[in-house]
Amino acid sequence: MHPAYSVILFTTASGAGYGLLALLCLVGISHGEASSLVFGLTSMVIALGLITIGLLSSTFHLGHPERAWRALSQWRSSWLSREGVLAVVTYVPALLFGVVWSGLYPAPDLIKPLAVVTGVLALLTVMSTGKIYATLKTIRAWHNPWTIWVYLTFALATGATILAAVTSVFGNFPAFLVWFSSAWLLVALIVKLGYWRSIDAAPRDLTMGDATGLGRLGQVGQWELPHSAPNYVQKEMGYAVARKHAAKLRRLVIAALVLAILLMLAALAVPHAALLSMALALFASVVQRWLFFAEAQHVVTLFYGAKAA
Amino acid sequence: MTSLPPPSAKKLGLVIDLDTCVGCQACATSCKEWNTQGYSAPLTDFNAYGSDPSGVWLNRVHGYEVKEQGQEQSRIVHFPRSCLHCEEPACVTVCPTGASYKRAEDGIVLVNPETCIGCKLCSWACPYGAREYDQSHGVMKKCTLCVDRIYNDNLEEEDRLPACVKACPTSARHFGDLGDPDSKVSQLVAERGGYDLLPEMGYKPVNKYLPPRARRDATTSRAEALPKPDGSAFDRLFQWADKVLSPKKAVARANEIDHSGRLEG
Repeated sequence: MHPAYSVILFTTASGAGYGLLALLCLVGISHGEASSLVFGLTSMVIALGLITIGLLSSTFHLGHPERAWRALSQWRSSWLSREGVLAVVTYVPALLFGVVWSGLYPAPDLIKPLAVVTGVLALLTVMSTGKIYATLKTIRAWHNPWTIWVYLTFALATGATILAAVTSVFGNFPAFLVWFSSAWLLVALIVKLGYWRSIDAAPRDLTMGDATGLGRLGQVGQWELPHSAPNYVQKEMGYAVARKHAAKLRRLVIAALVLAILLMLAALAVPHAALLSMALALFASVVQRWLFFAEAQHVVTLFYGAKAA
Repeated sequence: MTSLPPPSAKKLGLVIDLDTCVGCQACATSCKEWNTQGYSAPLTDFNAYGSDPSGVWLNRVHGYEVKEQGQEQSRIVHFPRSCLHCEEPACVTVCPTGASYKRAEDGIVLVNPETCIGCKLCSWACPYGAREYDQSHGVMKKCTLCVDRIYNDNLEEEDRLPACVKACPTSARHFGDLGDPDSKVSQLVAERGGYDLLPEMGYKPVNKYLPPRARRDATTSRAEALPKPDGSAFDRLFQWADKVLSPKKAVARANEIDHSGRLEG
């Protein structure tokens, strides 16, 4: 599948934003009182900023960005529409939570209920992003039970490192946060390894003979393409540039995540190491998301010469 | 609405005969010609006369080579590929805007070019590569089953067929109601063992493909079955007459191999 940069930026940026938002809600629930004004506002602006940048960038790959509002209408059948609706709805409690949790408006009783609603909606939004891909039967590497968990754990892991990094800048840096972020990075790594293991083990049991139905006659091979230059279907669904580099890029993701964990642990001694850890975690998130697209093979490639899918 | 309508009794679609298709591309070009000026027009081309042409086509004709067991020579099968107007099309249900829809009355799957946002998700959901994105208009394009021909009162009745069906010189394309078991197309499917593409995907395509017939080889070809001269008196009489009546020069000329490449004139 062609990796559209706007979609990769959208899913990683908004994922990190929703992860951070959900964790800020967790902070709100566990503390039950307003944070310091500057910390509360800074972290909320970063979370909502990442979400907003992501959502805006997701409209860049549309043919008609001005019609994007129409995507909110088909939530009955479409996960993309559900994601849009959840994303928009989440803003309402998130902004209210930001206002009371940062202490802009004193209403301590509202912190916990708003945090619960916001946190649940944020996680549901990330899950629905994963669902968009996981429900496509045409792409074996996406139609996989691990897909949603990859989206969710990377959102929380990158969100946690941002939270740790922001906290380290503000001084008061609890050791708990180091263990918490490291744990999420580890979980994301384990889930991603599980995902790769699963897609590598899945049999590619459809052939050109199955796709064309000509397998009933004998062995099928491609004789002539319908067109002399690549068409949309080949460019969008037949993207194969990264596949040959997949093993290297996977090692890069693993190395970046391991290094991010080590740097996060180093933040116990030098708090600012959390900033580097965050940068590496975000880098790993982008590379693995790019691979998620580039490694995925679409079943339509069978009509265009792929031996199996 | 991208939720699917209840299954319609009428299921309009195509039956494509892979035995008689000769891969002439007439269906693809007539499709392009009709649809570039009709509904959701035009079908854009880029660099159409250059070395790297690209553009939107709603019908693509592949060529496959099939090696049958026990056959020395493989056979070529021409394979037109377009929207199959599935009974349960995922391309419709994934659409976030409602631009993609399945018509309740006849099952035709269409895209409304006025509301499509060009997110391309429908093309990802289709296993058949039936949808092509129009870069210049920012919307998705697909086969309409020539909805603007088949119900068009301004056309003569005999022309109320999809352009591809109308154009096919070998009658390899058939159009009709596959929901009606008594229709010509349904009977053709039953008779020839018409099949679905990728039934395991579960989208229940309406269009059907008729498999190539068993091929005739040296042992089964009808030419072999033609009567041979049996050496009877009649046969010998005709052979003698043939020899006497053929001018000697003409016989000699016919036996020479002409390398000029020109037709005799």
